[in-house]
Amino acid sequence: MLLALDTATGSIGAAVLDGDQVLSEVTFQDSRRHGELLAPAMEQALTAAGGTVADLTAVAVGVGPGPFTGLRVGIVTGLVLGELRGIPVHGICSLDALAEQAVRDGVVDGPFLVATDARRKEVYWAEYAVEQGRPRRASGPGVAHAVDLPESTRALPAVGRGPLLYDALTRAGVDAPVDVHPGMLGAVAHRALAAGEVPGEVPDGILLAPEPLYLRRPDAAVPGPPKVVP
Amino acid sequence: MAEPLVLGVESSCDETGIGLVRGTTLLANAVASSVDQHARFGGVVPEVASRAHLEAMVPTIQRACADAGVTLEEVDAVAVTAGPGLAGALLVGVAAAKALALGLGVPLYGVNHLGAHVAVDVLDHGPLPQPMMALLVSGGHTNLLHVPDITSDIRSLGETIDDAAGEAFDKVARVLGLPYPGGPHIDRVARDGDPTAIRFPRGLTARKDMERHRYDFSFSGLKSSVVRWVQARERDGEPVPVADVAASFQEAVVDVLTRKAVLACTEHDVMDLQLGGGVAANGRLREVLEERCAEAGIRLRVPRRDLCTDNGAMVAALGSLLIAAGHEPSPLDIPADSSQPVGQIRPLARVAS
Ligand SMILES: [Zn+2]
Repeated sequence: MLLALDTATGSIGAAVLDGDQVLSEVTFQDSRRHGELLAPAMEQALTAAGGTVADLTAVAVGVGPGPFTGLRVGIVTGLVLGELRGIPVHGICSLDALAEQAVRDGVVDGPFLVATDARRKEVYWAEYAVEQGRPRRASGPGVAHAVDLPESTRALPAVGRGPLLYDALTRAGVDAPVDVHPGMLGAVAHRALAAGEVPGEVPDGILLAPEPLYLRRPDAAVPGPPKVVP
Repeated sequence: MAEPLVLGVESSCDETGIGLVRGTTLLANAVASSVDQHARFGGVVPEVASRAHLEAMVPTIQRACADAGVTLEEVDAVAVTAGPGLAGALLVGVAAAKALALGLGVPLYGVNHLGAHVAVDVLDHGPLPQPMMALLVSGGHTNLLHVPDITSDIRSLGETIDDAAGEAFDKVARVLGLPYPGGPHIDRVARDGDPTAIRFPRGLTARKDMERHRYDFSFSGLKSSVVRWVQARERDGEPVPVADVAASFQEAVVDVLTRKAVLACTEHDVMDLQLGGGVAANGRLREVLEERCAEAGIRLRVPRRDLCTDNGAMVAALGSLLIAAGHEPSPLDIPADSSQPVGQIRPLARVAS
């Protein structure tokens, strides 16, 4: 059994997969309570799948990009479970899960854009191509103001929360997925594993290190000399 | 039956701590600090601390287990600092603790960081006196606590109304050209200085302040006063007597902390005082506190140094005391609460929506 977790968007959730089959998926919508809601989601997903942590053979965790505070919740959870059970933990670009869903749902069939809420008036984005009915990340992930993306990128049909937030982007359709579904994240991981991908071996591979795609430096300034106090 | 093996997780500031405690016996206290990464910023940068916690969490768990000679499967309960502290930093530890509890199928105990600072001495000096007073001084907090029962009744008597004492040490060290963190350097330099050379202000000790802020502290005015004094010297082209400034500043901090702590004891008829937090390592603070406690007939307890700074063993210790007292575990949806009040020993559970 594969456990898939994602906390990169306002959808906090867990899914349990057997092969490429999603046995269960539990998500909560709340952009501020990742720390509270992931563990219950995980517990409920395991119960619904009729399994326990002891049945897990691998963990796939969304590594963003996404707002850092929430993002770390999923990653540290995956890392600890991997340590506990002695099973591999794979990082998956969270935008890949949105892309997978968009293609499966038939929302897109050619080049498209995934754009999620990066706050500070920016989006996390990646461009995808569709090849043999599957998405392939063509560029990104990056972080930018939607209006600063190249004209050709902004013109692509977009999925994720980005097009709902910024008029500069064009939503792929009313059914375009908005938040990450952990089941899709697990499906992406399973396909890469089944294809024999060795983590870290393929450049631009699907299986990433289980660490956040931060894309931004911490906000911190080295202080100058003390202010003169009158 | 053997006493429970409790694993404690601490991540409220810049130390990632994993402690292992069996009953009230300390087995391991592994700490990874990101202090070096904050040095050039002159203070803890929350996002830098959170990133470091994520990187250090699993290696620190591994180190604690190796030190204690146990495997994770043997752990009977997990305790974690739920607050107060830096929100993003706390969240890494809380999530890790939940994963441990869920993965091991053992109960989770969210606990208050300040309570854990008090509880830790059970590992060093045995059962805690009841009631007791606690003076907690660090870069993140300055608190005077009245503790009738560590597992159910912690009362905040006073706290800093502006900077934490440790923060004032950092800022004054910076003005004096001493490295970060400032505490140990001020302590060292001050040994060669005259603590009576400069009379710096004692915050919140004037008669009027003693009515409204009897047990509260303030270090911001003191810090500004030191900066002003040093800058006036520099303006006049005179050398700054670093040792005298350090000693006089430190004396002002120590004087107020010890005076108010002893006052709190005598006024509440509590004859046991515990010092805790990173600044407990300050030599002058311990010296003056020992003197004043002896004069007032108060018994002073100071946990050993590595138990005073933030660590996971203190969290495990409080968890262990809660279990022994028969408290219920926390649900898996407890929040990390950056401003958790000290009187709230356990985080309040919310129901998942
Ligand atoms: Zn502390």
